[in-house]
Amino acid sequence: MKVLAISGSLRSGSYNTQLLRASEELLPPEVDFVLYEGLKAVPPYDEDDDVQPAPPAVAALRGAVAEADAVLFATPEYNSSIPGSLKNALDWVSRPPATNALRNKPVAVVGASTGAFGAVWAQAELRKVLAAIGARVVDGEVAVGHAPTRFDERGRLEDESLQEQLQETIEALLDEAESRSLILA
Amino acid sequence: MSITTDTRQALPVGTWSLDPVHSTIGFEVDYLAGAFRGQFREIAARLDASGETPVIAGSAKVASVDVKDENLSAHLQSPDFFDAERYPELSFESSEIERQGDRLTVRGGITIKGAERPVELTGTITDPISDPYGGERLGLKLETGINRNEFGVDWNSALPDGKPSLADDVKLTAELQFVREA
Repeated sequence: MKVLAISGSLRSGSYNTQLLRASEELLPPEVDFVLYEGLKAVPPYDEDDDVQPAPPAVAALRGAVAEADAVLFATPEYNSSIPGSLKNALDWVSRPPATNALRNKPVAVVGASTGAFGAVWAQAELRKVLAAIGARVVDGEVAVGHAPTRFDERGRLEDESLQEQLQETIEALLDEAESRSLILA
Repeated sequence: MSITTDTRQALPVGTWSLDPVHSTIGFEVDYLAGAFRGQFREIAARLDASGETPVIAGSAKVASVDVKDENLSAHLQSPDFFDAERYPELSFESSEIERQGDRLTVRGGITIKGAERPVELTGTITDPISDPYGGERLGLKLETGINRNEFGVDWNSALPDGKPSLADDVKLTAELQFVREA
């Protein structure tokens, strides 16, 4: 099984990317974890450019989503919503509507912020967007507030309850992916 | 006009198969400021009035949902609505059919998104006619109301005033023509 991880934050020291790396440690050894690193290269969505072949960065993203059995998103919160770059990437992946790579794909959303609330609004927005695209959005929310203080030197979450929530969210995501693989088999 | 609830007498004896081209299974739900309608292109049904208890059974392929916008069609098939991948069909099977004049009451179970709920459909029957193709056919027009939340079809979006944009109550309609099986 392969889990694709997409961080909505592009900066190298991103807490959301760190949260995804912390998630990787909780996966069973037989699960492949791929952290997507090409989000910054995705051009602004323009229907004139939405042709075959797709722009290379778009084709790479669509391919990575299509190959994954599940996708784990971590999003920061920009102005009460998700970062424009993440929404833009999802708009590309959402095309064409009936056969897009996220359709029926099990997905989960977590988030981290430097403020107190752990990007809960952005997470809610992202779940709404993913559901509208046709993804299978699993329940579970992990809101890592005050992110600079939450990780230990090895990058793991120090707070036990947050760690448990992350574990539960990942298990729900893997269960959904397993259940879907049985339907598709 | 005689009134009877004896279903063996009430329904034309025999087995009847659906003419899917001249039949429609659809839905109607209030959205924003008006009613929104859709139908399913791939449908199947059979009326078996050969035995003690006549039975109407039918189904519709979720993937064949027909609305005027491809984005909406895709959304209706997604887990937000019918979840076509996991639950590819909607289905109905009657347990009891009553007739009074040309009025029908059909009770049974309807299954949407994997959830079966009891339902009562009402409508009319057009008794058998001879069609131009040498066959014999009858018509049923049936409808019922369901609360979509009871089937886990609970998507909504708030209006600026906070009220939901999509109603919970959905009208289901079936206009079915059946041809007598040889």
